[in-house]
Amino acid sequence: MIWVVALIVCIMLVAAVMVLFVPNMIAAVVATSVVSLALTAIFAIVKAPDVAMTEAAIGAGLGSLILALGLKRLGFNQTGGSQGEEND
Amino acid sequence: MMSIEVTIENILYFGAISLSLIGLFGMMMLQNVFRILLSLVLLEAGANLLLVLSGVRIGGVAPIITEGMSAGVVMNDPVPQALVLTAIVIGVGIQALALALIFRVKRNYGTLDLRKIREKLEKDIAVSNEVSAPGSYQAPEKLTESTGANQ
Repeated sequence: MIWVVALIVCIMLVAAVMVLFVPNMIAAVVATSVVSLALTAIFAIVKAPDVAMTEAAIGAGLGSLILALGLKRLGFNQTGGSQGEEND
Repeated sequence: MMSIEVTIENILYFGAISLSLIGLFGMMMLQNVFRILLSLVLLEAGANLLLVLSGVRIGGVAPIITEGMSAGVVMNDPVPQALVLTAIVIGVGIQALALALIFRVKRNYGTLDLRKIREKLEKDIAVSNEVSAPGSYQAPEKLTESTGANQ
């Protein structure tokens, strides 16, 4: 059990670091979704099933949808670059 | 020498605090506005996890009363769970609001880089106040030449 928890926490932290430093923007949005899904598994493990359902439906689903559609409207080219250095 | 015991709860607390710190680092250090929004999402997730963990009891079950349940069974605290349930929904609302503000910034300034936005914003303020622009805070070597060049 403890190894499952440690693995899920490791996946969550690696995805969180990836959100900050991956150069591609759509990959950063996908990594945010991965963090939300790992968080859903953790909520289910600590016996909070209602929070897990809400996080899966709204945090991972609707939040990632909003971010991806906003990124599409902002344009992929302008938001590229690891720290926004090579914009424009 | 005191050593920290490796239990499930300690691993989860480590994950929650690390997630909050990663989000805080991103909000402080990154320059792209959209990536700052993603860091805000990480910070919210870490805070939610920390709140839920504060209500976890050892050997507790989910706070749902079923029919065959005995009276003395240990439950997790349902109050932080209800609070986090609200906070998740409000977090998505904050994401949508921040995204709308980023749309306006992109339309007005044409870029998402925080330093370029700050330069253009200071230039706008200086023009509206009819004084010379002081230059960017993050490029102090340009301060003298920019103040010398303007007027």
